[in-house]
Amino acid sequence: MPKPGIAVGRSVPRVDADAKLRGVAKYIDDLRLPGCLYGVTVRSTIAFGTIRKVELDPCWPWKDAVVAGPKDIPGENCVAVIEADQPLLAPGRVMHPMEPLLLVAHPDRNRVWESSKHVQVSYDERDPVLTVSESLARKQLLRGTDNVFKQYLIEKGDVATAFAGAAHIVEGEYRTPHQEHAYIEPNGMAAWVEADGAIVVVGSMQCPYYVQKALKRIFPGRDIRVIQAVTGGAFGGKEDYPSMLAGHAALLALKSRKPVKMLYDRSEDMASTTKRHPSVVRHRTALSKEGRLLAQDIDVVFDGGAYLTLSPVVLSRGTLHATGPYECPNVRVRSRAVATNSPPNGAFRGFGAPQTLFAAEAHWEKIAAETGLDPLKLRRLNLVREGSVLATGQVLKESVSAAQALERVVARSSYEKTRRTHAVCNRKPGKVWKGIGLALVHHGPGFTGSGEVMLASRAAVALERDGRIAVLSATTEMGQGEATVLAQITAETLGLDLSLVRVETPDTAKVPNSGPTVASRTTMIIGGILMKAALKLKERVVQELGSFPTTTKGLKEAGRKLASKGPLTFEEEYRKPPEVVWDEAAYKGDAYGVYGYEAVTVDLSVDRTTYEVKLRAVHTSTDVGRAIHPELVRGQIAGGTVQALGWALTENAVFQRGRMSNSQFTNYVIPTFSDAPPIDLDIIENPYSRGPYGAKGIGELPHNAPAPAVVAAVRQATGLLIGDLPVLPEKICHGLLARRKAS
Amino acid sequence: MKREASRAISFVVNGAERTYKGPAFKRLIDVLREDFGLTGTKEGCGEGECGACTVLLDGKPAASCLVPVSQVHGRKVETVESLARGESLNPLQRSFLEEAAAQCGICTPGILLTAWSWVKAGGSADPEAVRKHLSGNLCRCTGYQSIVDAVVKTVKKRRAA
Amino acid sequence: MRGIPGSMQVLRPRTADEAVEAFAEHPLALPVAGGTDVMVLWNMGLLNDRPVLDLSAVAGWRGVRKAPGGLRVGALTTHAELRDHPEIRRSFPLLAQACAEVGSVQIQNRGTIGGNIANASPAGDTFPALAVYEAKVHARSRHGVRVIPFLDVFAGVKKTVLNQAELISAVELPFLPAKPHRTVFRKVGTRSAQAISKIVAAGLLWLGKGRAVSELRFALGSMAPTVRRLRAVEARVAGRKLGPALVATAVEDAARDVFPIDDIRSTAEYRLAVSRNILRSFLQA
Repeated sequence: MPKPGIAVGRSVPRVDADAKLRGVAKYIDDLRLPGCLYGVTVRSTIAFGTIRKVELDPCWPWKDAVVAGPKDIPGENCVAVIEADQPLLAPGRVMHPMEPLLLVAHPDRNRVWESSKHVQVSYDERDPVLTVSESLARKQLLRGTDNVFKQYLIEKGDVATAFAGAAHIVEGEYRTPHQEHAYIEPNGMAAWVEADGAIVVVGSMQCPYYVQKALKRIFPGRDIRVIQAVTGGAFGGKEDYPSMLAGHAALLALKSRKPVKMLYDRSEDMASTTKRHPSVVRHRTALSKEGRLLAQDIDVVFDGGAYLTLSPVVLSRGTLHATGPYECPNVRVRSRAVATNSPPNGAFRGFGAPQTLFAAEAHWEKIAAETGLDPLKLRRLNLVREGSVLATGQVLKESVSAAQALERVVARSSYEKTRRTHAVCNRKPGKVWKGIGLALVHHGPGFTGSGEVMLASRAAVALERDGRIAVLSATTEMGQGEATVLAQITAETLGLDLSLVRVETPDTAKVPNSGPTVASRTTMIIGGILMKAALKLKERVVQELGSFPTTTKGLKEAGRKLASKGPLTFEEEYRKPPEVVWDEAAYKGDAYGVYGYEAVTVDLSVDRTTYEVKLRAVHTSTDVGRAIHPELVRGQIAGGTVQALGWALTENAVFQRGRMSNSQFTNYVIPTFSDAPPIDLDIIENPYSRGPYGAKGIGELPHNAPAPAVVAAVRQATGLLIGDLPVLPEKICHGLLARRKAS
Repeated sequence: MKREASRAISFVVNGAERTYKGPAFKRLIDVLREDFGLTGTKEGCGEGECGACTVLLDGKPAASCLVPVSQVHGRKVETVESLARGESLNPLQRSFLEEAAAQCGICTPGILLTAWSWVKAGGSADPEAVRKHLSGNLCRCTGYQSIVDAVVKTVKKRRAA
Repeated sequence: MRGIPGSMQVLRPRTADEAVEAFAEHPLALPVAGGTDVMVLWNMGLLNDRPVLDLSAVAGWRGVRKAPGGLRVGALTTHAELRDHPEIRRSFPLLAQACAEVGSVQIQNRGTIGGNIANASPAGDTFPALAVYEAKVHARSRHGVRVIPFLDVFAGVKKTVLNQAELISAVELPFLPAKPHRTVFRKVGTRSAQAISKIVAAGLLWLGKGRAVSELRFALGSMAPTVRRLRAVEARVAGRKLGPALVATAVEDAARDVFPIDDIRSTAEYRLAVSRNILRSFLQA
């Protein structure tokens, strides 16, 4: 482990901790807006069809309320993300349940709901497309001529020939469900119109500039200012949806000429906002006698929901990670995201990779079952090393830690010994069966392919009059700790005490466009840009003064001297490392500049009476390049791991006719303190030459491995390979009953 | 019998006697946030499942989204704002700071109060017992580990002192 | 939050007499004790414009007292109070265990036994324990107290046999004639803590001469619209020795008294299989 610097490598107090611990941090619900109205959304109750009529109950006192519909939209009726196919308010055609139709605002926060009940909507309903197979069968055409939003094909070598010469051919199908983000703060947004006509929105969000971009098309010709409020968790769930909510709040504000707050309650948030894409992934694998991969033929289908939103990029990451961190000479990955009549699915920690990596890793269990080979040995034989070539032709040049992560977690968890003792215990009578399972994954931090080049993110540092350094970026703090990490990188680069650095609130009027806070890109990409900006500032000061001061007094003086000679804000833009080459058309090359690696073991027991799964211990070994703030890195790994364990075991989003029917915390079951296991967190620091101080991304990687490790452990415990998540006790029970019947 | 459509309701909030005049069926969380400006108490679900709105009612954790204010008359309510003494955080808050146990922070006030009731009542330092006591407070960021560490640390420090 | 506080008129009786009088006067009033179920629905905006009968201040309806041949638990006694009460833990340990598994600490501190019964959820965590302890429910109106055997209180999902003007004032727990030789309480929820039950089971077993069963009481929750005693199983084993063949038959009989369903939390097949497993291991132990 490298030595800590003045700021980097130290677990300093989070810059946002004090306010949060005192309860004085202001989330959107906490902001007082005198005279504001409260807005709610009237939503579709059908999955697919057309609106026949919208009527306001003539007996209801509408005089206090403000109602806005599609006709009130001054610009385009769309929420622009990648395309602009999703309307802000459905103008006639309904594509999914809970689709926004109409907005109502009222001065009384509680009565506004009552008002919304007095809007009557009648429909001509059509038979909806509810599953990916119905979509692929073109039960109805929802999109283009084939219901496919996007497809990719990656090809390497000669798959057909490789199958012809294989000792083993193993096929498997794996399914993952919707997953709800379940941030504890539901979505919320406030908007008002300034005297000069500018629209200001404040709220819970990940990407202020996404919101701004979307609003510019809805409200053309107006200045749009977007400010992030303290945000109570996001995990991808506040990446694109806040653009919709901001559009709604702004539309009501424009119509009412009053500030408008829109705060979703839990049930509306769960039933209306995005989820992780459900997936169906099929593997057909050719192996040599000893278990070396000869060919991987992989078919991926994601359920995109009713509109395109972010599906193409989610699918892209899923496709690029579909092989797992293994080298295989012949690969074909074919992937499609398809349309169904359910609310659009979107970004969620891992962004498509957890789905395809689940299939890749669970498939080793199938391979082990059919070939009699050991899953650990199979991984050792096939994992990527420096110089390995991925399916896109990318040659892994540095910071390749698959083997290291695997061996460390195997050692720390005593995986092999535990597996043997569990096998012995499972043959004897007892209350539980025990199992330990393993998974090995990778994750590419930053945008895929040429994404970062197209984003051209900017960030800046400024020397301020009070002798402090301001970090100016649109990167949002949503709990992950980015404000602290970016301050640390800036302080370290300038050789300053952390107290001399402050992080500006993400506000499009104050900070440059640093792109979205997504894709595990903040530390590596924005941190890297800030490092360069800080070096520029330092160089300028040194040029002027001969040295860089490290006290407030010295910095103030430097500021005074420099002020007359030009601006004190030093901005930098993302520059692609020259060795990273990506061909978007051919889908070949360096999909990501580098990868993070993680290996996980899950040790669990299955109750022989109730089939309930109890997590005994979880071990993670994770390569992050460099841990800028070790405690925050541990927080990301522990948090991501438990989210993934919830996805694996209990989180069962039930959809009936395209609508989530368990949209409450009572019935959508996320892990509690008692469900979460103690986790042994092992950080590996294998630096990346292009990352700031060697750092790679960490936000998403921890979501990839736990679920397949659970499936492997349940297989050891019960002998059942349950390849569709979540692994509910019901599925174990049904599997055992079916097996008993068969024997 | 009292008909309390809008009779004054008095109770002690963070050590000070407060009087509320308004609809008696307003939820305690809304009275705290809207009438008393104590926005540290958060609403996460409105169904008593997430624990973000936890306050201490006569010293015991309660979900303030499920408490009509009529039921609080004459009782004692403590919110997150009661924990720190001026500049200095209380020992539990300090442990949370050291362990980076608050991430997004929205569940933090409720967890601090449930955990503080454990610490004050002389609860054990056994992580399993701490987890059980806190299982009515959901957190989606931390994976719970740093929070358990912070509570255990506080209990141990208190014992040592 | 979709409830409208201003639309609710709150009645706050201080005595039992005031409470039943008020309820007689306002038969549509919504009785509220700890509020842990009612407030959830109210927050959803489903109970606006109703008078509320806030029972929380009724003196004498809270706490555990000795009564002839048993204990009398006031309807407003919270799950936390029952969970921690020494006499409940000693004489009715399955009830104490059940109360420790109701919701979370926050819910246990507020939810009451009377409210829990009146709510009549098929998944009520305390119900199987109360069923095997053969509790009696005191339903009070201005005409007096009606004593109802626990199982007879429930008329269906979220339905009781209480009359419009009746309020639950207490639950009577008769002491067991002898200490059972075996007991079981098992809650199978959707996760390890603060979960809604998929199955709740409680059982008491007494053995007599030659280790033959003198009495079995076994109840299941979440397996039918209301909590069920497994009468067929109880009758099957009575007076007989628990050998493998008898246990196997008895386990088969379990299906005769329950009607599990598929819902968003579980499946009928799972519920029946796991109930049988719990029963089997209890009888085999």
